[in-house]
Amino acid sequence: MAEAFVYDHLRTPRGKGKAAGALHEVKPIDLVVGLLDEVRKRNPGFDPERVDDLVLGIVTPIAEQGGDLAKTAALAAGYPETVAGVQLNRFCASGLEAVNQAAARIRGGMEDLILAGGVESMSNVSMGSDGGPWAGDPTTALNTGFVPQGIGADLIATLEGWSREDVDAFAAESHHRAAKAWANGYFADAVVPVTDMNGVTVLDHDELVRPDTSVEGLAALKPSFAQMGRDGGFDSVALEKYHWVEKIDHVHHAGNSSGIVDGSALMAIGTEEIGHELGLTPRARFVSMAVSGADPTIMLTGPAPAARKALAKAGLEVGDIDLFEINEAFAAVAMRFMRDLDISHEITNVNGGAIAMGHPLGATGAMILGTLVDELERRDLRRGLATLCVGGGMGIATIVERV
Amino acid sequence: MSTTTEQTAVQYEKDADGIVTLTLDDPTASANTMNDLYTASMKAAVQHLHDELAADPESVKGVVIASAKKTFFAGGNLKNMVMAQPEDAPRIFAMAEDVKAPLRALEKLPVPVVAAINGAALGGGLEITLACNHRVCVDDPSVKLGLPEVTLGLLPGGGGVTRIVRMFGLQDGLMSVLLEGKQFKPSDAKEKGLVDELVATRDELVPAAKAWIKANPEASANPWDAPGYKMPGGTPKSPQLAAFLPVFPALLRQQTKGAVYPAPRAILAAAVEGAGKDFDTASRIESRYLTKLVTEQGSKNMIQAFFFDLQAINAGKLRPQGIAPWKATKVGVLGAGMMGAGIAYVCARAGMEVVLKDVEQANAEKGKAYTQGLNAKGVERGKLTQAQADELLGRITPAADPADLAGCDLVIEAVFEDPALKAKVFGEIAEHVTGHDRGDALLCSNTSTLPITELAEGVDRPADFIGLHFFSPVDKMPLVEIIRGEKTSDEALAKAYDVVQQIKKTPIVVNDSRGFYTSRVIGTMVNEGLAMVAEGVAPYSIERAGTQAGYPVGPLQLSDELNMELMAKIARATKDAAERDGAAYEPHPGVAVVEKMIEIERPSRLKGAGFYDYAEGRRGSMWSGLAEVFPVASEQPPIRDLKERMLFAEAIETAKCFEEGVIESAAAANIGSIMGIGFPAMTGGAAQYMTGYEAADGAIGLAAFVARADELAAAYGERFAPTDRLREMAANGESFPA
Repeated sequence: MAEAFVYDHLRTPRGKGKAAGALHEVKPIDLVVGLLDEVRKRNPGFDPERVDDLVLGIVTPIAEQGGDLAKTAALAAGYPETVAGVQLNRFCASGLEAVNQAAARIRGGMEDLILAGGVESMSNVSMGSDGGPWAGDPTTALNTGFVPQGIGADLIATLEGWSREDVDAFAAESHHRAAKAWANGYFADAVVPVTDMNGVTVLDHDELVRPDTSVEGLAALKPSFAQMGRDGGFDSVALEKYHWVEKIDHVHHAGNSSGIVDGSALMAIGTEEIGHELGLTPRARFVSMAVSGADPTIMLTGPAPAARKALAKAGLEVGDIDLFEINEAFAAVAMRFMRDLDISHEITNVNGGAIAMGHPLGATGAMILGTLVDELERRDLRRGLATLCVGGGMGIATIVERV
Repeated sequence: MSTTTEQTAVQYEKDADGIVTLTLDDPTASANTMNDLYTASMKAAVQHLHDELAADPESVKGVVIASAKKTFFAGGNLKNMVMAQPEDAPRIFAMAEDVKAPLRALEKLPVPVVAAINGAALGGGLEITLACNHRVCVDDPSVKLGLPEVTLGLLPGGGGVTRIVRMFGLQDGLMSVLLEGKQFKPSDAKEKGLVDELVATRDELVPAAKAWIKANPEASANPWDAPGYKMPGGTPKSPQLAAFLPVFPALLRQQTKGAVYPAPRAILAAAVEGAGKDFDTASRIESRYLTKLVTEQGSKNMIQAFFFDLQAINAGKLRPQGIAPWKATKVGVLGAGMMGAGIAYVCARAGMEVVLKDVEQANAEKGKAYTQGLNAKGVERGKLTQAQADELLGRITPAADPADLAGCDLVIEAVFEDPALKAKVFGEIAEHVTGHDRGDALLCSNTSTLPITELAEGVDRPADFIGLHFFSPVDKMPLVEIIRGEKTSDEALAKAYDVVQQIKKTPIVVNDSRGFYTSRVIGTMVNEGLAMVAEGVAPYSIERAGTQAGYPVGPLQLSDELNMELMAKIARATKDAAERDGAAYEPHPGVAVVEKMIEIERPSRLKGAGFYDYAEGRRGSMWSGLAEVFPVASEQPPIRDLKERMLFAEAIETAKCFEEGVIESAAAANIGSIMGIGFPAMTGGAAQYMTGYEAADGAIGLAAFVARADELAAAYGERFAPTDRLREMAANGESFPA
């Protein structure tokens, strides 16, 4: 079987996902086009004619993000007509799913070079605005016990006995780590500033990171899901299944949950031969990839089964992995993953995560895999595993190895 | 039409102005229902109108729908519905569509159509009127309008869901009309917008309808068929509603505490799905959900209890025949505690003169003040006027002197549960309630557990003595359990039945036994919950199993409220009686838990400490020390087992009550268990639960119940083993006597 290699990865900075955010004025397609331009520019041997497909994760593929944005972006970026494009949606895992599908197609010998990643301009196309029967169709919701994911995150913390202080401490640490990584330039290679049509910089850093974040400061924030849980009936729905629990302790809020942001990411994935041919240097090799699932009501415990599946497929143990990236959808999700796999925070999300930098839904998976590759290189380590919790109780995991 | 001799349930008559009146008048029944004759007649009538208009558009100026019966139209044919099985789905669906098609055609006629509502229009009756362009109703508060299908496990499948959603929007339509099945008085219906116009008398109905037609000759399209129609509050596709939609199902689950009632779920689904579609598609979706409800078991259970059983009991099914109806005029209530005060209130509300007697005049005054409090709330909520409240209160005379009971034709004793005390108070009043012109008073004892036959030994006229088991709070609880003692006469029983109906409660009749029917049965459910505590089941799981099964509260909260000291006392009395009678007594595993809770001084809400903590009378969390006394096991049973243990315990006790002759009617068991002790309504009651039991594999019936009882017996104890008689009934395909 052919191997799939990461040849390059790049991302935009993440702008606050609201009207006041720096990237609100930037069209989703332009976030992608900027990266498509840059990947050509900074890899002199990169020949767009050789690109088979552009695979983009987009979770809310409607309006400005609709109509197969991937193909439209390839055309807009001036890529040859032969470069196809496809959009996919695996909720929060879409960015990693895009990369995984690209890698699988390379390993399957079907194609040679694929650009994969994702985009989400959450300030322009709001999360959930694409509808769907899971939440919106009563029969489906009743049969499957739908509750919004924030309720699930709070339920995880409740079940584990994690207090508001515990989850806030994790959140503060995420900010400290991200601030340090930015200060030390760890993201310098990956982040491509967003510029306007005149080349004037719009944003060159992640807008959300706050180095001075503290547990004390976070304590002032109001829980985000308490009212929805109580007045919207969702706590009751969750506790039908988790019947031994008295009540859900609503510990998550805007400061210890992933930030709503705008951003895009791209990864160049190809065969060994294409690297030789185009003079590209492989950064890492895809070892294994997996998706799995767990209870859809608590929704966010899928990363552990996915990670175990990916490890088993590769014949590896948890101890064989040097660094982990778990998407910080909510503090309790990352904490639960560390507990499930019995791994230390010292080797997990070493440069912070989505609590500090934000979670542009369709792009995040590709971003954290890129961060993992960079950090393995910087620390001169061998293997890393990236994972995300996913709507519907799913989990996704990818193991990469430096070459 | 009018010239044919064929039988019809829809009379056609055209006046000189070209206005046609369709009169609903089923010649085969005293009320109009949606039977085959109606469907065919309505179809023919509407076809006739259509043909006339096609031939000459000026020939018909408008249509009035009226009724020749006392009620406007009674609704669906429930006898047929309960027979439907899943394999009948195509037929039921076609039938629903057949009923709706002429109404839709009527609605789309190019002339105005007006309903003239002379009497109750519930369910199908209201649905006929919703297809009209205008509704005129007689302003008589006894006339009820609404869509109560949900209370029978059904949905308004005659266009009700589709049209209500289009009239009021999803949220308002669901909340105020569809999901609770509320019945409106004409004035409330007018305020809600369910009817458009009220007239004072029935004679004014058709003239008013015709006047409206003449004044509004162009008003032939309902809003949803008119150009530019926008659904109030938006459709599910509009962003503001889409964002709010996910809470609908969640709130429904929260409201029922996790108990699954199929009908409101189907109504919600049909409403939401239909709201996003055109009228005819929505109407078809509505028919499909109706078909599902009709062919499944849930509606059969609820129709059995809330239609057939309740109707039979209201019609006097459990009352001895051939005894003239009786009405109490003056009641002496003995004991002005919480029960006595409540009984005095409901009697006064029913128009009786009430003497509320206690040992001290002050206590009696306090008991009367209870009515004052309820009145004040009623006036505040606009339920009664100050004058009505004053009159009601004026009927209650507080007293301390037994002589004040002179002239009473009814005595209801509600003192403490102590046979000696009860005998004493009856002795005090005996001479004052006999020999007057209304005859000797009926003597009733309100007791929840004491055998009536034994209490009868303490009164001078045992034939006139009977048990009336009221439930607390008396003003709210709809049931009264009538206990017939060994010596109670048929006449006394008939009178007691009439008294219960006179105070607007539902009677069930049981024969004497310790705990009668209701107290005896509820004890098994509570004990089952308590046994789980001893087994190490997580306490909140026990409580949620209770509410998910459909009980109003879980067994541990109930234990706190019932008071475990009282429960221990009852258990001791049961044990003593068994020893005295030489019967076998095996303590339920729950009894040891009661004893332990009393030993550690956590017996009740009353004492401020039970399974739960209570701060200033308010229930807080489960007591944090409970796990030290009753450790939670690492392995937990499936919650389905927990739920069924409670239901089966009560059902099997019910079967034993049948076998011992304590209860003789499935209707009494069903209504008594639902209205008295919170047996889950969606099961149709404790007898219907057995005969309509639906197993996990879909098997339905008593045999499935027996098989599951055997499983539970193997896993949790012999007390779940079905009796020999139950096995025999299951084998022979028998049911309990109706």
